[in-house]
Amino acid sequence: MRKTLFDKVWDAHVVDVIENGPQILYIDTHLIHEVTSPQAFEELEKRGIPIARPDKIVATADHNTPTINQHLPIKDALSRNQLEKLTKNCLKNNISLYGLGHENNGIVHVIAPELGITQPGMTMVCGDSHTSTHGAFGTIAFGIGTSQVAQVFASQCLLLEKPKKMRVLVNGELKKGVLPKDVILYIIAKLGTNSGTGYFCEYAGDVFENMSMEGRMTVCNMSIEMGARGGMIAPDQTTFNYIKGKEFAPKGTDFDEKVAKWKTLATDVGAEFDKEYEIDASDIEPMITFGTNPGMGIKISEKIPYKNESSFEKSLTYMDFEKGKSLIDTPINYVFIGSCTNSRIEDFRVAANYIKGKQKAENVTAWLVPGSQRVAKQITEEGLKATFEAAGFTLRQPGCSACLAMNDDKIPSGEYCVSTSNRNFEGRQGQGARTILASPLVAAAAAIEGKIIDVTKVLEPVL
Amino acid sequence: MEKFTLLKSTAIPLASENIDTDQIIPARFLKATDKLGFGEQVFKDWRFHKDGTINKEFPLNNSKYSGSILVAGDNFGCGSSREHAAWALVGYGFKVIVSSFFADIFKGNALNNGLLPVQVTEDYLKKLIVHLEENPTSEVIVNLEEQTIESEIGNASFEIDAYKKTCLLNGYDDIDYLISKKQQINAFEATF
Ligand code: SF4
Repeated sequence: MRKTLFDKVWDAHVVDVIENGPQILYIDTHLIHEVTSPQAFEELEKRGIPIARPDKIVATADHNTPTINQHLPIKDALSRNQLEKLTKNCLKNNISLYGLGHENNGIVHVIAPELGITQPGMTMVCGDSHTSTHGAFGTIAFGIGTSQVAQVFASQCLLLEKPKKMRVLVNGELKKGVLPKDVILYIIAKLGTNSGTGYFCEYAGDVFENMSMEGRMTVCNMSIEMGARGGMIAPDQTTFNYIKGKEFAPKGTDFDEKVAKWKTLATDVGAEFDKEYEIDASDIEPMITFGTNPGMGIKISEKIPYKNESSFEKSLTYMDFEKGKSLIDTPINYVFIGSCTNSRIEDFRVAANYIKGKQKAENVTAWLVPGSQRVAKQITEEGLKATFEAAGFTLRQPGCSACLAMNDDKIPSGEYCVSTSNRNFEGRQGQGARTILASPLVAAAAAIEGKIIDVTKVLEPVL
Repeated sequence: MEKFTLLKSTAIPLASENIDTDQIIPARFLKATDKLGFGEQVFKDWRFHKDGTINKEFPLNNSKYSGSILVAGDNFGCGSSREHAAWALVGYGFKVIVSSFFADIFKGNALNNGLLPVQVTEDYLKKLIVHLEENPTSEVIVNLEEQTIESEIGNASFEIDAYKKTCLLNGYDDIDYLISKKQQINAFEATF
């Protein structure tokens, strides 16, 4: 039978199928962080169950960590307690932890790929919905709840129904100024926030084949925003080149053997999907959101649509936007470039490239938050830090930061924030905060201008 | 986990659609390291105004409503995978959520915590919400064994995974089941 990428990886991990019930799926790698793990540790301890495979767990501190003065004790007692619990739990159970300040520390979905932990054909889980990021490597990766974290602790397995399969094909050439973030925001706006519910989504077509691993991660990261359990892209030479030489990647002949295996994972020609969508790359333009879910997006040059639904109107009231209006020239006071969607080196390169030689608008508070210590280091080494500083920006230390505003990085009530993160829900970036999702390019431009501008109008012509 | 067989209760209607987990439990309350206390924070930013005063309009604060069944608009529990949303709802005292659609992860989290998601048709949901708004003391019966929901607007049936149903009826969870499969899992690991 012709199989899809998803089928091949899933089927290889099925331990058993329960009659009239779920399947038992074996999990290769379990990523944990401070917020969704403590109750799972507690549950196991309460029941007297040991952790089945501590060697298959990797821990980091990211959700609730400060992004300045990380060397100082954390002021917030509850946050400090969460980190201390994580450290204690990892020590006690022999789990590798990349805590605050460690050279491998960073956002869970940024560090695992850059350390070579994420590899094609694996099953990976984490108590964070954007675990779908790792699908960029041809990995089945998805977010789980804390009860499931406890299940994986106890058995290295999960009980799951096999999701259905969908494919989104994007062929053609992307226009100037269109980044991977725009591609996924466009897909979600077009298909809707429920289009992927119950599905695992494969992205295919030249656009993804020509995309860097960073870009693929941005796309897969937001699969969950269209409701999908996860997203995947078939591994290819770009994937193998990215993994090669990474700290936990297989080495030597081991690597070659793995690559030979990974090459067989791609969807077979003629394999069937439960549903399929096709998008023409030339239709995509730089995107921006105007509402309070990631599907409420428009091309930056478009106007807010007319719709008479109460949730639509509620959303516009929250954002203080009007139907039929353009967002161009909307003044903004905050910009956030960060989160597991867009905090990799490529994102900072794009931003720095735009910012170079310009000055940040006075009214704008801009938080540039690298996804990991390694990204932070690279930003300095490549001279991007100097560019940012010359333009009036300061870099912060790695973490989830204003993506979910659990730490002190909160956008004040009523303020607009152009953000490269993944969610624009009410209050996501702080109570009353108004989030406008966009690419790092659109965000950088907003930081320079102090308002939203149509970046396509100011980009240098490509020679 | 507590067993669930049948529940007869008044219900609280919450007509909003797309209620995401950030609304059910805002991120700033996720700092706790145990499962206690989340019930007090459920729908915090809807239950209270920004100045800390109580929002009397909000159904959970409206004294005419009570009960351990929440009847909510379409696409309940979307957004972040935080299980805290399920703990908050359970902590507040809910045992059943009725909606016309539930987000995948939320549904799993709810079932793992003995909170039963009852999915009905959009039509039934709309009628039920209107009925409850007009008749706040009318009771709803949720029968897990029969997979039915009964109310004064009529009866409807709902789907539930046979495995999950057995778990809820018996009060055991996925961990108990997986532990019982340990040998098989070890054998699988050995061949992997
Ligand atoms: S950056 Fe945001 S989405 Fe990503 S892991 Fe952190 S909280 Fe989750």
